[in-house]
Amino acid sequence: MMAAQNVKHALFCAIITLVISYPILGLKLEAAGIRVVLTGADASTLVAIVAAAVAVFVFQLFRDTIFKGLGRLPSFSPLANREPMSQEKRARVESIALILLLMAALTWPFFASRGSVDLATLVLIYVMLALGLNVVVGLAGLLDLGYVAFYAVGAYTFALLHQYFDFTFWQALFVGSGLAAFTGMLLGFPVLRLRGDYLAIVTLGFGEIIRILLNNWTQLTGGPNGIGGIPDPTLFGMEFGRRVKEEGNISFHEFFNIPYDSNHKIIFLYLIALVLATFTALVIRRFMKMPVGRAWEALREDEIAARSLGLNRTSIKLSAFTIGAFFAGFAGTVFASKQGFISPESFVFLESAIILAIVVLGGMGSQLGVILAAIAVTILPELAREFSEYRMLIFGAAMVTMMVWRPQGLMPVRRIPIKLKKAE
Amino acid sequence: MPDFLYFLQQLINGLAIGSAYALIAIGYTMVYGIIGMINFAHGEIYMIGAYTALIAITGLATLGIAWLPLILVVALVCAVLVSSSMGWAVERVAYRPVRGRHRLIPLISAIGMSIFLQNYVHLAQGSRNVGFPALIQGGFQFGDPDSFQTSISYMQITIFVATLVCMSALTLFISHSRIGRACRAVSQDLGMANLLGIETNRIISATFVIGASLAAVAGLLLGMYYGSVDPLFGFIAGLKAFTAAVLGGIGSIPGAMLGGLILGVSESMTSGYLSGEYKDVVSFGLLILILLFKPTGLLGKPEVEKI
Repeated sequence: MMAAQNVKHALFCAIITLVISYPILGLKLEAAGIRVVLTGADASTLVAIVAAAVAVFVFQLFRDTIFKGLGRLPSFSPLANREPMSQEKRARVESIALILLLMAALTWPFFASRGSVDLATLVLIYVMLALGLNVVVGLAGLLDLGYVAFYAVGAYTFALLHQYFDFTFWQALFVGSGLAAFTGMLLGFPVLRLRGDYLAIVTLGFGEIIRILLNNWTQLTGGPNGIGGIPDPTLFGMEFGRRVKEEGNISFHEFFNIPYDSNHKIIFLYLIALVLATFTALVIRRFMKMPVGRAWEALREDEIAARSLGLNRTSIKLSAFTIGAFFAGFAGTVFASKQGFISPESFVFLESAIILAIVVLGGMGSQLGVILAAIAVTILPELAREFSEYRMLIFGAAMVTMMVWRPQGLMPVRRIPIKLKKAE
Repeated sequence: MPDFLYFLQQLINGLAIGSAYALIAIGYTMVYGIIGMINFAHGEIYMIGAYTALIAITGLATLGIAWLPLILVVALVCAVLVSSSMGWAVERVAYRPVRGRHRLIPLISAIGMSIFLQNYVHLAQGSRNVGFPALIQGGFQFGDPDSFQTSISYMQITIFVATLVCMSALTLFISHSRIGRACRAVSQDLGMANLLGIETNRIISATFVIGASLAAVAGLLLGMYYGSVDPLFGFIAGLKAFTAAVLGGIGSIPGAMLGGLILGVSESMTSGYLSGEYKDVVSFGLLILILLFKPTGLLGKPEVEKI
């Protein structure tokens, strides 16, 4: 009886697999002149489709047995059965590891190739973005799908201020992120009253509005052509180009009397990104220990309970939103300076989705997890170039898998403890 | 008089697009009404419906069949079959395992599913847009031939008729059939319906299948109307349809219809009188305003926060 039902269900699942995969994968629409023609896929695709259907059939047939077997398997992690480290020992190990990591991050670009340092700068930009979004999504539990809008505000502020008022990187860094934070506050003020899923849609709509405005306000933003000629950062007025562009500046290699090397600029940009990313991590970590950080988590866990304890919902959510937007603006300024050219193409919804995927994979709320996930998500597609077109497909599948199997992420968050001083 | 005819033209265009939005919005509103989550991948299911319809039409053309009713029926059946299977599978894979967890989790899983499906079609069919043959051509025209003429194409009439038929069928189905009654019961109280012996899992699957079928109909209609499809075709349309569902009051089927029509008309008025580039801004702006000032929508019931 049970077996017959299982076979029926498994057969049904296998047929569904065939129905949803064959028309899309097995038949390809191709334009031939003005007509569209249909071509069949090659044999290997057909074999793959059939194999997938068979796999689904077998899996559904022996589903109960497989899950029972999985439950009996010992845990894979060697650390699972170890005693947890004591609080102090753990803190010491962590701080040593962090210092070593920072030392390595500071020194390696001097020995590495130009391309990898450039990639590392991009990784650090994503680290900043993901740490910022982590405050909004991971800590405060507000799903923001238009995060890229604040990134765009930061980048465009720098580009426009340079174009019209000749601002330098350092001046624009704080103006840009301040403006992004202000935009976040303006948006957050009305929308934070909304429930979680409505908030997600509104922020998504907001992100699209910003992108459409950037694309169509041609007089100001140059529309789809973007803005170019954004300057590199300077070090106390020293420029890194071969020739000095701004009056009154001198170039780095002349000041130190060393031969000109175009790598200096790349390394300098990397170091700036590293300093800013570290700054971001430290500031957010500080916030997490402060009462406001605890309040974020309290609201995320149980809004009604938190409100009944006297927490002001709007101002707490608004602070998370504003801080998240601020760091997006930070990252935007660095991005504009690194690329030297920005256009609305860089600020599409997909970018928001990638940043969200980083936060989700790393473990919502966990800083170290988010940093590692940012590194993995940015570097892996570069290493596996032949798979790079599958990148977004894998992201989507990974987001679903993580939510089903391990919603706490690869490195779940650990509360930062504070020791209370003993009363005298 | 030409001014009025121009207005009339925008109105007709808006109603045509709006009724197709309404068809997609049904999927959002029914799923939300029953399990309270946004089916983010619904726009992609609509896009897959459009692709399947195009594949079926092209296949028939290769076989040399040119009889229009047969082509339309075959395309419709294929699109509905594939889309509803996809809807069923998406629910099983990405939504059922995370049902009942914290609110953010099903939403993120749905976004992941949406990204996955978009790229699935992108990889299989390429990112370029593919031309959709205009099977239904011609139309009526009225007004002074020397100045502006208002025209209603047969395609627009097909959209109106198809939407009307689908909506009536759905209303009858929900109010009279056994599954429809179970759907209403589940949307009122899932736990209680379960206790009373309704197979809630089956009803939830049925909701996804119904929503996906209507989205497939919309995919065929709008594919023919716009004349091309591409893998990103579903993303904006899904957002618009969600806006329509919220506008009318999410969870309410007549609300989705009304919301779709209002959204379609306001969009075509923006394109007609302001500029086509800003029509998306207007619909998202409308969404934000509605959520701020009347989160329950036009026909929705107020939601009581339970403790």
